[in-house]
Amino acid sequence: MLVLGIETSCDETGVALYDEQQGLLGHQLYSQVALHAQYGGVVPELASRDHVRKLIPLLEQLLQQCDKQRADIDAVAYTQGPGLIGALLVGAAVGRSLAWALGVPAMGIHHMEGHLLAPMLDNPLDFPFVALLVSGGHTQLMQVNALADYQLLGESIDDAAGEAFDKTAKLLGLGYPGGAVLAKLAQQGQPERYHFPRPMTRHAGLNFSFSGLKTFALTTWQNSAQDAQTRADIACAFEQAVVDTLVLKCQRAMQQTQLKRLVIAGGVSANLQLRQKLTFAAARWGGQVYYPRLEFCTDNGAMIAYAGFLRLKRGEFDPDLRFNARPRWSLS
Amino acid sequence: MSHANKLKYQQIYTVSSPEEMQALAGALAVQCVWPMMIFLQGDLGAGKTTFVRGFLRALGYQGTVKSPTYTLVEPYQFGAHKVYHFDLYRLNDAEELEYLGLRDYLSEQAVCLVEWPERGLGALPPADLWVKIEHAGANRLLSLWPKE
Repeated sequence: MLVLGIETSCDETGVALYDEQQGLLGHQLYSQVALHAQYGGVVPELASRDHVRKLIPLLEQLLQQCDKQRADIDAVAYTQGPGLIGALLVGAAVGRSLAWALGVPAMGIHHMEGHLLAPMLDNPLDFPFVALLVSGGHTQLMQVNALADYQLLGESIDDAAGEAFDKTAKLLGLGYPGGAVLAKLAQQGQPERYHFPRPMTRHAGLNFSFSGLKTFALTTWQNSAQDAQTRADIACAFEQAVVDTLVLKCQRAMQQTQLKRLVIAGGVSANLQLRQKLTFAAARWGGQVYYPRLEFCTDNGAMIAYAGFLRLKRGEFDPDLRFNARPRWSLS
Repeated sequence: MSHANKLKYQQIYTVSSPEEMQALAGALAVQCVWPMMIFLQGDLGAGKTTFVRGFLRALGYQGTVKSPTYTLVEPYQFGAHKVYHFDLYRLNDAEELEYLGLRDYLSEQAVCLVEWPERGLGALPPADLWVKIEHAGANRLLSLWPKE
């Protein structure tokens, strides 16, 4: 079975082909490719989130990359939600109609399910496990018992961790989105100079709150000499606070669920401090931490193709030609 | 709460805590009529999302009020009434509102609270009310302004 995956839930336009025997054959992300051939040598400046004009050329590029024809596709999986209604509808409309034209089944996929299963694209990983999804848009702890059996353990009640990184970077004059720049600057900071609170760690529970840290950073910055070293010191204190909070909640989640395997996905999973501290923490609970390949940590088509493959394999598919987008859709 | 009375235009309210910000927003929410377009103006960390949280709490919403920076819009339903919380911070071009299908939201009989409306000017309908929040050290100064 060869499954085409389509992801258009927010900013990225992503497509991928997953084969039952050979695994992932290829994937394409609009922001990372030059679509010369498809546009006759001219690459137009497309507005971000203009999925309509990006999707078909990207699809053609994918087929070319994998040396496949449209007729080789056995099923189509598309992100049905959650996300932006207009963005989702593009992927759903293209996915559902392509499947209809080819006479193959289609399947609407939950975006977060794609993220949760993404580590399995490269490495075998057994259920059950705990997953921390931590990105610019999400901060969630999820218990993954089996395919389609998920339980939300905790989530951010305001800003996502990645969003707090990006906004704090902006407040420190590092541009937007500057989360990665902030993390790099933090390496030059003196860890002991400032101490930031670890939000929501004193109470039991697995929810997060990062909005206050952003304001704390701003106030600290405004009351400082605002020199280069201070900027690095604040970046360092901020990063430590976010990372410690994430690690502590992960540890609590592992204790609470009595599970050993932890998956970290989302853009923030690239953070080195987070990875280091989680490695130490995992040794304490006697477990292991898994990360998807970096390019599959952020939004992509491969995770949708894979989740779609697993669902289709067990006999699920859209019952008829109707399709809809689900901007708000709870996974658990 | 000291601000629980009817809010006045062009009066500057000094806000010293997130709780006070929410109380002020709550006072506005109970005065609010459907539909309404409210623009929220203020820098990062000024308390715009805190304001919206207070607004929604006063209408009876108990769940989490997440930042819509990533999703650009978060919808809330109160019986027949709808509240949309927009954040246009990540918008590169007002034209994107079209691609996102946001025009459909704007045409509904809803209360729209819009953060970073500057980034959608030209594509957004005019505001019925501007809420301005300014930093003043650890405090915030809040004021309401009628249509432009």
